[in-house]
Amino acid sequence: MRSVPKHLEVSIWRGDSAGGYFEDFQVPAQKNQTILDVVSWIQQNEDATLSYRYACRVGMCGSCAMMVNGVPRWTCRTHVNKAMKGNRLEVAPLRNMPVIKDLATDMDVFFDKWVKAEGVHHPSKTREDVIEPITGDNIERAKANAGIECINCAVCYAACDTVRGNPNYLGPAALQRAWTVYNDVKDAGKRAVLAAVSGRDGCHNCHTQGSCTLYCPNDLDPMGAIAGLKRATIAAAFKKEVG
Amino acid sequence: MIQPHRKHPLWFAHILHRLSGLALALFVPVHFFVLSKAVTNPAALDGFLHWAESPLVKLAEFGLVFLLAVHIFGGLRLLALEFLPWSGPRKTLAAGAVAAGFLISVTFLLRAI
Repeated sequence: MRSVPKHLEVSIWRGDSAGGYFEDFQVPAQKNQTILDVVSWIQQNEDATLSYRYACRVGMCGSCAMMVNGVPRWTCRTHVNKAMKGNRLEVAPLRNMPVIKDLATDMDVFFDKWVKAEGVHHPSKTREDVIEPITGDNIERAKANAGIECINCAVCYAACDTVRGNPNYLGPAALQRAWTVYNDVKDAGKRAVLAAVSGRDGCHNCHTQGSCTLYCPNDLDPMGAIAGLKRATIAAAFKKEVG
Repeated sequence: MIQPHRKHPLWFAHILHRLSGLALALFVPVHFFVLSKAVTNPAALDGFLHWAESPLVKLAEFGLVFLLAVHIFGGLRLLALEFLPWSGPRKTLAAGAVAAGFLISVTFLLRAI
């Protein structure tokens, strides 16, 4: 069994969008400890001005993701042993988003892209209509189900080098949402979805590097969803449904 | 230095496809220039072909064949990944593309030496 060191050597990024630096801390090691526990310990015991974001602590809310030793992770569900290199942890704000302060990023641009990708419900019925039953063996329903557990944590967005290269690229989370909406039998906006994702900043910008699918903490497959959108937009283009 | 989040098979497959494509794009103009000598200067072409028989050039050609093969199979991998209704990273496809690239280029090398 691995011996537990007394202290962890932790570097925490401090600063804002103008720039910053890594500050070193020594954090008492515990047998069971998440990355979020480590960051919280520093904020509660070493420096109360350290800024970071979290809410539920159980992997539901998607607010605590950070770069841990260069890899995006949900910090509340990541055991220190899983991410540690030797005795060291380096915790930084998520990539591809402006930093507000320290470990907290401005996620506005990330959420704005969900709307840009038409990742919103387009009603096909009114409240007066009878609720249409959709059974579990419905093929579209199965495709939609594959993406609905997304918790908007932006881990995939931070992992994506295409977003890095083109800040206007809609990104894996928004495109996966668009694919989910596209497969919703009750959604009336399929053409609008395809039009929104077929532009130069849409699904065809994806280089299939697979970091989104690899790092998704909920084991979702945004890369597969984007491939689905690629097929759907190409089929629609042949039918002259989208330009 | 490769950033930590990039250290996984699909990213390596991506960069191999990109770099092999760039290298082939640089090679093709040279290739056509040499071929054009058959019309403009046959003696120079014969001289070049004689030089191309040397072992070092054969080894370089092995690299070239590998780049071409891995680029073709890498492209087929992408087409399969994106146009067939599959999900997941399909790392075996990436490994298969590299293996097929080696198979063809090593076969070329064995026949050349």
